[in-house]
Amino acid sequence: MSEITNNPAVEGHVGHDVHESHAHHHGHDDHGHHHKESFITKYIFSQDHKMIAKQFLITGMFMGLVGMMLSIFFRLQLGWPGQPMPILETFLGKWAPDGVLDPNFYLAAVTIHGTILVFMVLTAGLSGTFSNLLIPLQLGARDMASPFLNMLSYWFFFLSSLLMLMSLFVETGPASAGWTIYPPLSALPEASPGSGLGMTLWLFSIIAFIVSVLMGGLNYITTVMNLRTKGMSMTRMPLTVWAFLITAILGLLSFPVLLGAGLLLLFDRSMGTSFYLSDIYVSGQALEQTGGSPVLYQHLFWFLGHPEVYIILLPSLGITSEVLAVNARKPIFGYRAMIGSMLAIAFLSFIVWGHHMYVTGMDPLLGSVFTFTTLLIAIPSAIKAFNYITTLWKGNIVFTPGMLFAIGVVSLFITGGLTGIILADSALDVNLHHTYFVVAHFHIVMGVASMFGTFAGVYHWFPKMFGRMMNKKLGYLHFWVTLISAYGVFFPMHYMGLAGVPRRYYQNFEFFSGFSDLNAVISVFAIIGGLVQFVFVFNFFYSMFKGPKAPKNPWNASTLEWTTPVEHIHGNWPGDIPTVHRWPYDYSLPNGEERDFVPQDEPLSEKEKVAEHAH
Amino acid sequence: MAHAVSTVDAPKPWSGGDAPFNISWGKMMMWFFLVSDALTFSSLLIYYGATRNMNREFWPNPDEVYNHFPFVEGHIPLAFVSLMTFILIMSSVTMVLAVEAGHRFDKKGVVKWMIWTIIGGFLFLGSQAYEWYHFIHGTAEGKVVEHGLGVIHGANMVENEYGPKQFANLFFLITGFHGSHVFSGVVLNIIVLIMAARGVFHRRGHYEMVEKVGLYWHFVDLVWVFVFTFFYLI
Repeated sequence: MSEITNNPAVEGHVGHDVHESHAHHHGHDDHGHHHKESFITKYIFSQDHKMIAKQFLITGMFMGLVGMMLSIFFRLQLGWPGQPMPILETFLGKWAPDGVLDPNFYLAAVTIHGTILVFMVLTAGLSGTFSNLLIPLQLGARDMASPFLNMLSYWFFFLSSLLMLMSLFVETGPASAGWTIYPPLSALPEASPGSGLGMTLWLFSIIAFIVSVLMGGLNYITTVMNLRTKGMSMTRMPLTVWAFLITAILGLLSFPVLLGAGLLLLFDRSMGTSFYLSDIYVSGQALEQTGGSPVLYQHLFWFLGHPEVYIILLPSLGITSEVLAVNARKPIFGYRAMIGSMLAIAFLSFIVWGHHMYVTGMDPLLGSVFTFTTLLIAIPSAIKAFNYITTLWKGNIVFTPGMLFAIGVVSLFITGGLTGIILADSALDVNLHHTYFVVAHFHIVMGVASMFGTFAGVYHWFPKMFGRMMNKKLGYLHFWVTLISAYGVFFPMHYMGLAGVPRRYYQNFEFFSGFSDLNAVISVFAIIGGLVQFVFVFNFFYSMFKGPKAPKNPWNASTLEWTTPVEHIHGNWPGDIPTVHRWPYDYSLPNGEERDFVPQDEPLSEKEKVAEHAH
Repeated sequence: MAHAVSTVDAPKPWSGGDAPFNISWGKMMMWFFLVSDALTFSSLLIYYGATRNMNREFWPNPDEVYNHFPFVEGHIPLAFVSLMTFILIMSSVTMVLAVEAGHRFDKKGVVKWMIWTIIGGFLFLGSQAYEWYHFIHGTAEGKVVEHGLGVIHGANMVENEYGPKQFANLFFLITGFHGSHVFSGVVLNIIVLIMAARGVFHRRGHYEMVEKVGLYWHFVDLVWVFVFTFFYLI
């Protein structure tokens, strides 16, 4: 660890650099003269990573609200089946005649809710925002490796969101084959109204999205590899950056496979090929397509689909690590174990996709292999969970709203993770597949947990993004109501699933009428949870303009992003880029130091140097 | 945001010290992009393998499908595709020479070898058009369809005379996807050729762009080797 500061050659180098930058300062050619930015280059076609991060965040928030509204629409139907709800007609018009949700639109709402939340909110909104904001700031880089590609990445995401929103206004309705768009339902326009133009728009939207992920991911990885500041070795990177790096690698390896799967589906839909189609009758007529296999689509889809779960979750876990350590005022417990377990999760995520397909007639032997690999994920996940808890253990906890959400992630990660062990087992899964148990599991562990991670990130880095503080009290309100309603929605679903209530149905069967009260309770929680998000939205926009001005380092954090000035400048640091001398988690200093943390860019003290030598 | 880029690109250490990995971000990005693109091709080729395995009794023998050669009567199995492959591999060789000329800072050499590479690319694309033309039009005899619907000549997306539907579907999709990669490669090569000829790289002080498009070109070439193997050889 100490070779960087103890090596005289490097020391000399530092001196040289300082001298050079001094000259720069006088010459004023480094940061002075590109401030002539028009409104368009500053706010719209911006190439500044901080602005792009905000664009991702606000677009993601908007899409999140759309996705959430859709979920409330179908929850109204599930909670009070067939009862007229005038509000539905107000919003949906012909999709809710007399206030009763149209069954086709129910399926479409479920589909678009899933798609928007998985891709637009928790992939782009989460990774796009925080990778963009934090990778350069926490690594000590002036910007991303390619600011131009970075800008394109946002605009492809924007295009993708636009196409998805457009599909809501198509006459035959948006895609309605579920977010996994399994063929043959998604491949045949005659199979359901939503498989017409809506499905085509869905596919084009996702292709634009894949391009966006590709450009973003290339930038994130390259920036982490190549643009770290002096002294910022890989093992001195904050865990957030590790999480973003691994997420980007996952995206780069899994999304192209979805592209392949999507191309084949596009051909089946529009060119009469038979990649996924065989032996199908539609209204008594045999289709000409034969010889394809819909199960192959599922293999290709879940080869993306499972890593995608971790693309969603890992950034949240990274943010949680950082927020927990800062606000527990303790070094993160098991820094290297955290990295190792993230790498292990990432690796395993590529060899477990079959656990989504246990009921496709999979060979039981193959099923048991996938059971084994899936259960292995419990090991690194448990390491992470215990490390979070041990970080909190005897910490000097500061309960900021960000910290509450981070603790919420830990809680949800454990709750949802435990049911994952059950679903991983092929023998148990056959019983629970297609029931609400699965809905409960994945919503808690990847949906709500990642959403909480996003909120933790927004509350924690809001001062960095907008130079102002968010309102704490509204933050607390947002947290508690969201947490309670999230558990209120998804906890009962476990019981429904165990009883065998199938998911995806518009109306539940007579047989399960005993659950109708529970369904109404779930819907009430969903509505409360939905409404309280507007508190967050209000807090967000109000604080952006009217919040109290943020100090430079409001949370007393040690990482580099808090060494930049509050007012954003293009290039992040007005003078030299800081040099890094220590790891990012120097909190809880013993022996009565006047502050309990040391920033990463502070050189080792004499005492520390001695201690390093002793090692 | 030009300056962050130029500081990184500069040969002297930027204020963050030497870039930890000893290649520029642009080249690194190209490598990672190729990894990602390789996975798209893998997904298509794995689909191909699985489908072919499911239909293995009916899968046609490539020697009987691809046996035409321009201006030659009769059947010569795989001769034309071997020529195509040879042309593409040779264009990779000329690309290597262009990169090497760039290292020597030899503008004329770069221009010369880039032109040869582009010619190779166009020849390959032309050959692919010829290959598709014959595949689509098929043989004079065609295949008589059992249930009396007539004779199928050649191939389209819905039916073909050679074998299962997927045989032609995949041929069009995968060679088409590869062909579009070759086409974009040729476009990139032309852009780089124009930039080189106008002395942009000479003024910039290095010919790294040539190396970057070179990486892409070799990748496209390598993918063709796999496509060739799966569609023609086995």
